[in-house]
Amino acid sequence: MTVLDHLELSRRSLLKGGGGLVLYFSISPGRLAAQEGEPTPAPPAAAPSPPKLPGSLSDFPFLDSWIRIDNDESITVFTGKAELGQGIRTALSQIAAEQLKVDFSRIRLLTADTAQTPDEGYTAASHSMEKSGTAILHAGAYLRRMMIGLAAEELGVAAGDLKVEDGAVVSSAGERRSYGQLVSGRSLHVTVNDQTGFFEPGNYTVMGQPVPRVDIPGKVTGEPSYVHDLRLKGMVHARIVRPPKRGMRLSDLDTSRIDDMPGVIRVVRDGNYLGVIAEGEFQAIQAMQALQRAAQWEGGASLPSDTDIYDHLMKLPADTSVINGPETAVSPPDGAKIVEATYTRPYQMHGSIGPSCAVGLFQNGQLTIWSHTQGVYPDRAAIAEMVGMDERAVRLIHVEGAGCYGHNGADDAAADAALLARALPDRPVRIQWMRDHEHQWEPYGSAMVVRARGSVSGSGDISSWNYEVWSNPHTTRPGPAGNLLPAQLISASFEPEAPTNIPQPAGGADRNAVPEYSIPNARVVEHFISEMPLRTSALRSLGAYTNVFALESFMDELALAAGADPVEFRLARLEDPRARDVVTTVAKAFDWTGWEQRPGRGRGFAYARYKNLAAYCAVAIEVDVDGATGRIRLGRAVAACDSGQAVNPDGIRNQIEGGLVQSASWTLFEQVRFDAEGVHSADWAGYPIMRFPSVPETVEVHVVDRPGEPFLGTGEASQGPAAAAIANAVADAIGVRIRDLPLQPERVRAAMQA
Amino acid sequence: MITLNVNGSTFDTETAPETPLLYVLRNEMELNGAKFGCGLGQCGACTVLADGRPIFSCLTPIAMLAGREITTLEGLGSIDSPGPVQKAFMDEQAAQCGYCIPGMIMRAHALLLQNSAPDETTIREALEPSLCRCGTHMRILRAVHRASEGFQQQTSAAGEASQ
Amino acid sequence: MKVLYGLAIALIVLAAAAVAYAVSPRALEAVERPDPQSFDKAAVAHGERLALIGNCAECHTAERGGAYAGGRPIPTPLGTIYSTNITPDPETGIGTWSQEAFRRAMYEGLDREGQHLYPAFPYHHFTKVMPDDVDALYAYLMTREPVRNEPPENELRFPFNLRPLLAGWKLLYLDNERFAGLSDADEKVNRGAYLVQGLGHCGGCHTPRNALQAEKQDEFLRGEVTEGWYAPAIAGDVPAAVKWNEAQLADYLAGRWLEEHGVALGAMAPVAHNLSRVPDEDVAAISAYIVSLMEGDKLEADAEITGAVGEPPDSGDIGAVIYAGACAVCHEASPSPSATGLPLAYSTSLRIPTPLNLVRIVEEGVKPPEGQPGRYMPGFAGALTEDQMVALATYLRGQFTGLEPWADVDDVVARRMRNESGTKAGTAEAE
Repeated sequence: MTVLDHLELSRRSLLKGGGGLVLYFSISPGRLAAQEGEPTPAPPAAAPSPPKLPGSLSDFPFLDSWIRIDNDESITVFTGKAELGQGIRTALSQIAAEQLKVDFSRIRLLTADTAQTPDEGYTAASHSMEKSGTAILHAGAYLRRMMIGLAAEELGVAAGDLKVEDGAVVSSAGERRSYGQLVSGRSLHVTVNDQTGFFEPGNYTVMGQPVPRVDIPGKVTGEPSYVHDLRLKGMVHARIVRPPKRGMRLSDLDTSRIDDMPGVIRVVRDGNYLGVIAEGEFQAIQAMQALQRAAQWEGGASLPSDTDIYDHLMKLPADTSVINGPETAVSPPDGAKIVEATYTRPYQMHGSIGPSCAVGLFQNGQLTIWSHTQGVYPDRAAIAEMVGMDERAVRLIHVEGAGCYGHNGADDAAADAALLARALPDRPVRIQWMRDHEHQWEPYGSAMVVRARGSVSGSGDISSWNYEVWSNPHTTRPGPAGNLLPAQLISASFEPEAPTNIPQPAGGADRNAVPEYSIPNARVVEHFISEMPLRTSALRSLGAYTNVFALESFMDELALAAGADPVEFRLARLEDPRARDVVTTVAKAFDWTGWEQRPGRGRGFAYARYKNLAAYCAVAIEVDVDGATGRIRLGRAVAACDSGQAVNPDGIRNQIEGGLVQSASWTLFEQVRFDAEGVHSADWAGYPIMRFPSVPETVEVHVVDRPGEPFLGTGEASQGPAAAAIANAVADAIGVRIRDLPLQPERVRAAMQA
Repeated sequence: MITLNVNGSTFDTETAPETPLLYVLRNEMELNGAKFGCGLGQCGACTVLADGRPIFSCLTPIAMLAGREITTLEGLGSIDSPGPVQKAFMDEQAAQCGYCIPGMIMRAHALLLQNSAPDETTIREALEPSLCRCGTHMRILRAVHRASEGFQQQTSAAGEASQ
Repeated sequence: MKVLYGLAIALIVLAAAAVAYAVSPRALEAVERPDPQSFDKAAVAHGERLALIGNCAECHTAERGGAYAGGRPIPTPLGTIYSTNITPDPETGIGTWSQEAFRRAMYEGLDREGQHLYPAFPYHHFTKVMPDDVDALYAYLMTREPVRNEPPENELRFPFNLRPLLAGWKLLYLDNERFAGLSDADEKVNRGAYLVQGLGHCGGCHTPRNALQAEKQDEFLRGEVTEGWYAPAIAGDVPAAVKWNEAQLADYLAGRWLEEHGVALGAMAPVAHNLSRVPDEDVAAISAYIVSLMEGDKLEADAEITGAVGEPPDSGDIGAVIYAGACAVCHEASPSPSATGLPLAYSTSLRIPTPLNLVRIVEEGVKPPEGQPGRYMPGFAGALTEDQMVALATYLRGQFTGLEPWADVDDVVARRMRNESGTKAGTAEAE
C-alpha cells in the first residue's frame, strides 16, 4: 500500500476529469519494476552501441524508462521534465506520436514524479527538448522498429513488407498486429542503442505542426490544472510567517490569542520557523496576520541599499577568471577609436503570478509532497535531508504551478509543506504563500555589472575587445537541504551550500559573455562573487540577459564609432550561416533598410544564440520616446528564431513572443528595491511589471525551421536580444546611450538633459 | 447564513460575512477559475463578475454579494462546451502557464458585454488591472479581438431572431 | 439654470459696457519658428522648472497625446473646454508666436490673433509672474518637439461660447499686476507666495469660485470642488487630522507618502508628480507659504487607531463588514509598504465637507504612474452597490473621525455612481 492508495480525491475533482491532474492519480506507482516476461531481442537492424546516447538516454538508456505500452493498447510516455507553461507536455507528446505513428490523442504523458519518471534533474536551462525530447524521439523510433521486427517474426514476412499505422503493424496482405498484442508478455527493459530509426523529417505529420496545447482547454474553463487546485479529502490550510528580514531571530511569541481563533488547528514553531494551520483558508490568513503581530523579532543582517549595490558587489571578494582570449588586456592600437562603457542590471525577480504552493501529507511514515518544483528528485533529496528521513520514504510529485521562470519559491514552499505536514500527520496540508512572501523571499536574478572597453580602427575593424562581468551566483537550487529557506529557519538549521558557478560553454554569470562574432583576441573576464547580499539564483536565461544586453549594446556603440549600420556591422562578423539567417530574416521582415526615422522614434537590433549553443534569435524593435516624460513606448517588434527541427512552431512562437514581452518588462520597469531595513518590493505596487497599455504595438515571430536538425532549447532565447534591441532603439531615438537597467522614465529624461 | 447566487445557482454558506468571495468559491464551491494572486487587488487573477462587472474576489466580502449575480469562469462555459471568449482563447492558444487567464477572460467578457466591438486601446485599458507574467499579452489581445467577432455575430443573430 | 441665464444676461450687458475695451484686440505678427538652438540653455532649463511648477503639461496634454500638444477636455460648469496645443508646431501650435505674443497671452489672455482665451487658462494668476520667468517658459516651450495636433472645438453652452464676452469678464476680474511681494514675510515665504499665487495657480482649484467662475478673493484657498474632486481648504482651518508642518507638506507636495497624511491623490497626484521633479527649494518655499496660511489646533500625531484585524466586525453593520473584509487588509495589516493604506483616522477625505473624494478613491483606487513603484489601492467600482457605498462612507466617517455624518451622502453617492464616465458629475456638484 502506498500513500496514494489511502487518498481519495474529492468527489468533484474526480468527476470533472479532463484536466491534467487526474492523470497523476490514475496510475498506480511501482512502474519502475520492468514489465514481466521474456527479454525482447533487439531489433534486427540494431547498430552497435554508440559511445554516448543522445539526450537524456545517456543517463536512462532503457526503453521502459520512457515508454510503456499496455495490453489495452494504452501508450504512456514518461518524462522527468515538468510542464511549466512552456508547452512541453504537448511537444513531447507530438514527438512520441510521430515516432510511434499513433494518433496524437492516444499518447498519455506522465511528467516528473519521483515514483514514476526518470530523474532528469531540473526542468531548466531550456533543456527539455534537447534532453527529454531527444530521448523520447529515439526511444519512440526504437520502439516502432522493434514492433516491426516482432511483427515480421510473428507473421513470417519481411520487415520491408510491413508498415505502421496508428499503433499497429500491418502487412501488405492486410494482416494486422497491434502494439499491445506485440508487446504482450515481453519486457521493454532494453537499451535504446539504435539512433538511426526515426522517420525522415519530410514524412512528419505531427511533429512540425502547430498542434494545439493539450492543457489550454482545461485552463481556460476552470478544470483543476494547478497544484493550487488540488483538493484532497480532509485537507487543511496553512500560512507561514517569515521574519521581517533575513537573519532575524524570533525572540518572543505569545500564541494564546491565535490558538483561540476560529478554525485554528495548530501554530507550528520550530526555531525561527513559524506557520499556522487552520481548517479554512481565510481562517489561516487571519491567524497568520495575528501571528505576524504577535511575533517579536530581533537581530538580522544589514543590507546595502539598491543605490550603492554595484559598488558594494564589486568590493566583495571575487573568483576571477579569464574565460576567453588572452590573459592580459589587449591595448587598442594607436589611432583607434576607443569606446568604454559600464552596464548595470539590478536585482530582478521571477514574480510568479501565483504565489508558490504545495500540499504535503505525512502518513504511516511516508511523506508525500505535491509541488510545482522544477526538480522533483533534487527537491526530494533536500527535503529528506531537512526532515531527517530516508529518501525512499519521501515522494515528490510535480503538479503544474503558475509560471516560475526559474528557481522561485516553489522548492521552499515544498519544504514548508513538508514541515507543516509533519506537524499534523494524517491530514493533507495545503500551504500557499502570500504575495509578500513570494516577492520578498524568492531568490532574485543577480544584480550584475559589465565593463566593456573596445576599439574600432580606421577601417572599421574591431581592434580590441575587453569585457568583464561581475555577478553573484545564478544557481543556488536545492539538492543540499541548506539551500531550502525553511531549512535555514528551523532550530536544527542547515547552512546554505557554498555556491558554484556553471562552467563554460553554457556558463552562469558569464552565460553569453563570450561574443559569437569574429573578433580577434576578444578577452572576457568573469568575476564570480559568492557572497550574496540578497539571495540569488536562476532567473530565466541567467547571466545571458545581462550579457546579451551589454554585449549587443556595446556592438551598437562600436558600430556607431565605426560609422557602420548596426545590422551590417554584425553580419560582417557573423560566420555561422544559421546565425546570419535569423539576422537577415529579421532585418528583411522589419524592413531595416527602408525604415524611416522621425523625431523621438528609434529602432534597435540585437542578436544572440542562447548559451552560444542553443536556439538562435534576433530581434528588431522600434520605440517612441516622449521627451517631456522620458516614457518609452514600444512599437513594432520582429523576431526570428532557429530552434533546429521545430516540433511545434506555434509553441516556439509563443515562447519567443512571451520571452520578448517579459524581457521588455524587465528592461523598462523592473528593479528590486531594498535598503538596510530590508526588501521593500513586497507586492506589484512596489515592484511594478508591464501592464497591457505598455506592451508593444505588435510582435511578429518568424520560425526558421531546420528539419532533421537537433532540437535547440528555445525558452530563454529571446530575453537577451529583446533587452538589447530596446536599449539600442532608445539610444537611436534620443541620441544618448543608457547603460543602466531598467530604462525608467526619470533615467531617460536625465540622459536626455545631460 | 449568506445565500450566494453563482453561475445561476444558489449556494448557502455559514462562513463569516467578511470572508472574501474567493475562498468560498475555491474551497466551499470547489470552483477553480478564480485564482489567488496577490490578495491586494493588484493582479486580477481572482477576477469574477458581480452583476456583469469585474470585481476582485480576493477583496470582496461575501456579505456584499448576497442577492447579486456572480459569474465565474465556470459560468461562461465548460471544457466540452466553451463560451465564446473561452473558445477564442483556445483558438488563439492564448496561454502559457495560464494562471492569469481566467481573470483575463472574465475581464474581457465584462468588456464585451458593455461594448461588443472594442478597439485595441479599449481592450488594453480594460485588461490593465490584470497582470500576465509569461508575456502572453499579444495573444490575449488577439483572443479578445476574435471573441468580439463572436460577440458581434451573436448580437446580430439575436437581433435578427427578435425581428 | 435660471440663475446662470440671469448672470449671462448681466454679462452681456457688462460686455456691451466694455465695448470700448473689447474692440477686437489686434493680432500680432506671425513669426518664423525661432531656431531652438537660438535659446539660452539656462533659460530653457529654468523654463522647464517653471513649466513643472505651473503643471502646464497636465492640462495641455491629452490622454495618450503628445506632450503639450493640447486637446485634453477640461470640464467646467459652463461646458467643456479643450486645451490648446502649445508645442511650436506652426500650424496647430504656437510655432508662429513671438515672445511678445506669448507674454500677451500670459498676461492678457489673448492668443496671437487677438482672440480672447477662456480663464480655464489661468492668466489671472499668470499676471503675477515676472517677465523673465515668462520668457524662460517661452524658451522652454519653443524648444519642445513640435506636434501637429488640432484640438477639438470647445463645447460651451450659449452664451458662454461667445468669446467677446470674456472682455467683460476680464474687466471685472483680471488685474494685470505682477507679484508685489509680501511685506511681512521672509524671503522663502515670499518665494512661495510668488509661486503659489502666480505660476502654481493653486487657487485655480482650491479657492471657491463665484457663478462667473471667478475666484472669490476673500475665500482664498478655502476649498472648492474642481473637476470632480474636492480640493480641500489649505488655508485657515484645514481638514487634516494632524497639524501640517513645513517639512511634511514639502514631502507631500513632492509626491511622497506620509504616515500622518498619506499621499497626493486625484487631481493633486499629477501636480505632486511634477513637483517631485523641481528643486527642493521651490517646493520648500511653496510649503512654507501654505503652512503660514493654516490655522487651528489639530490632533497629535499619535491619534488612536480604532478597529483591529481579526476582531469580527459587527455583522449588523454592512459598512463595518466591508471595512473588515475589503479595507483592513491594507489599512491595518499590510505586510507591504506599497500596499499600506493610510490609517483612516488620519484621512483628510473623511474630514472634508463632502464624501466626494472618498467615493472617488474607493471607486477608482490609487495608482502610481505607469511602471513606477508607489502606493497602490485597487478601485472598487462595480464591487459596491450604492447602498453599500453609503453604508461604508457613513461607517468610516463615524468610526474614524467622530464628525457629524455627511448629510448629502446618499445624493453624492448616487450622482457619482450613476455617472462614472467622466468628471462632469463633479462639476454638477460645484453649482
